[in-house]
Amino acid sequence: MSLALKARKVGLRLLEAIPTVIGILVVCFLLTRALPGDPAAYFAGPMADAESIEQVRRNLGLDQPLPVQFVNYVTDLLTGNLGMAISTGQPVVAELATRLPASLELTLGALLLSFLIAVPLGVMAATRPNTWVDHLCRFLVTAGVSLPTFFTGLALMYIFYYLLGWAPAPMGRIDMMYLPPETATGFYTIDTLIAGDWETFRAAIAQMALPLITLALFTLAPIARMTRAAMLQTLGSEFVRTARAAGLNGRRVLVTYAFRNALLPVVTTLGMVFSFLLGANVLVEKVFAWPGIGSFAVEALVVSDYAAVQGFVLSMALLFVLLNLLIDVIYTLIDPRVGEES
Amino acid sequence: MTSMTPGSTVASATAPTRPRSSYWSHLKYVMSENPVTGLAFGLFALIILAALFGPYLVPHDPLATGVGAALQPPSLAHWFGTDHLGRDVFSRVVVATRLDLLISVSAVAISFVVGSVIGSLAGYFGGWTDRITGRLVDTIMAFPLFVLAMGIVAAAGNTVENIVYATAIINLPFYARMARAEVSIRRNVGYVQAARLSGNSELRVLFGHIFPNIMPPMMVQISLNMGWAILNAAGLSFIGLGVQPPSPEWGIMVAEGANFIISGEWWLVIFPGLALMLAVFTFNLIGDGLRDLVDPQRRT
Repeated sequence: MSLALKARKVGLRLLEAIPTVIGILVVCFLLTRALPGDPAAYFAGPMADAESIEQVRRNLGLDQPLPVQFVNYVTDLLTGNLGMAISTGQPVVAELATRLPASLELTLGALLLSFLIAVPLGVMAATRPNTWVDHLCRFLVTAGVSLPTFFTGLALMYIFYYLLGWAPAPMGRIDMMYLPPETATGFYTIDTLIAGDWETFRAAIAQMALPLITLALFTLAPIARMTRAAMLQTLGSEFVRTARAAGLNGRRVLVTYAFRNALLPVVTTLGMVFSFLLGANVLVEKVFAWPGIGSFAVEALVVSDYAAVQGFVLSMALLFVLLNLLIDVIYTLIDPRVGEES
Repeated sequence: MTSMTPGSTVASATAPTRPRSSYWSHLKYVMSENPVTGLAFGLFALIILAALFGPYLVPHDPLATGVGAALQPPSLAHWFGTDHLGRDVFSRVVVATRLDLLISVSAVAISFVVGSVIGSLAGYFGGWTDRITGRLVDTIMAFPLFVLAMGIVAAAGNTVENIVYATAIINLPFYARMARAEVSIRRNVGYVQAARLSGNSELRVLFGHIFPNIMPPMMVQISLNMGWAILNAAGLSFIGLGVQPPSPEWGIMVAEGANFIISGEWWLVIFPGLALMLAVFTFNLIGDGLRDLVDPQRRT
């Protein structure tokens, strides 16, 4: 019964994503049409005369009314056509697809790392207020939101690469001495594990460590803050008092009663965390020359490669919608209240 | 408060004096309770001074090359060292305050004005106004915000003004949502009904009577938002958008210094980075302090 209810909720949530995706498509379409000056003149090149500009305008369908142009735009997207990247001469979709795993590995890895640190930290800070754990938590939270990620990354690079020499040269995903693993998932860490190549695995981890820590420091703050606040709230609530009064042991009260309920607001803030994380990812990729879609977009920006930048914005937005959907599905699945009400 | 009916002034005759004095005593209490907030206001004054008078106080012209030998570490002559063109890093960091602050203050001002008007209208009138503005805000929030700002600047042109507009657009949802929530809970409270009964138009009720009352939480939002706006603008110039070299700006200075960090010239990155961090930190602390003042229940 409760499973059917949860399935229904998940289904409804999937339907809610449709207007969001339409909104994203409209904004991305408007961005492609908002190029400085006349897009047709831009694509025709600086040497074009009036006639060839008209020709380009017709070829691109820019002489048609905006709604028709929008339909054409969406049709192009559905066939996977995002235009060509001027800088590399490859289709934008292919460029993004080959670079996406690098970005995802970094983003998801950082999220995992910060979750593993921030949640226990937040819980400990909430259960032991005004101890050193609580102060450490508060310090990390304040520092985390004030530190620009690109600055943290460079500072870590200076300390761990230049001064201590612990980290490998901050260039790309893997040291030149090693061959990248055979592609199965595109995540170097997982691929090397599949191949059973421990040495390359260690090299990939070493290369990833600094960017991962940089991003994790940044995302740690909101997660730890939310965990602490949510735990404080549930620990002070009546059902926890009742559970204590009923004589349940401290561990059971903390985990089954308080933590399961406190996790809900934490999962909800993950949406905002992802929004920041995907943005910070771009900066960190530039700092560490990480070959992901973020550094691709930055390179494209420098040479005014608009198709590539627009493809990047669109794919990031769709990725964000997907992640938000995932968060909401997880929320429904772990919510102890859903199912009780029936 | 001024246009209240005579009947209700009796009730509020004592009111204006009491909250003000308790407000000041509360301010004093918060300051003494949490010296960090006092420190934050001190830092804030320092930043404002640097922004206003920085260009007249610094020892060297921030744009002049070769005022010292290139890439010298910090010394008495050049407190923060010199960069690869022999420019004085200290002068550049101080002068950059004005541009960084100007970008973030104008961005936050735009998003505050537009966002709170949109949000107030949505919260007050509900219905279609609410649905349309809600959809608009949700669409902005559907993007990872920094990525959207990149897209906007890329599409609209790589200028400082567009950095301001992009930062304003991505901050808009926070103000709109907050104003909507704060207005909608006050839509039918006593003083609003009194104002409506005494013949004020709907817009006058909204902006003359409700709006001043939602200002305190909005001010907290502004302060907390300023730090983020600074980070965001610096991030955009770090990846080469907006401010162009040789203008001194913290983000671009960190970007220029990044090429030298692996050969050990740390001062090019660390000092502008610290200035950036200090500014963000100050605004966040002030925001927290203001929140304690305005909304003691949410104190952490």
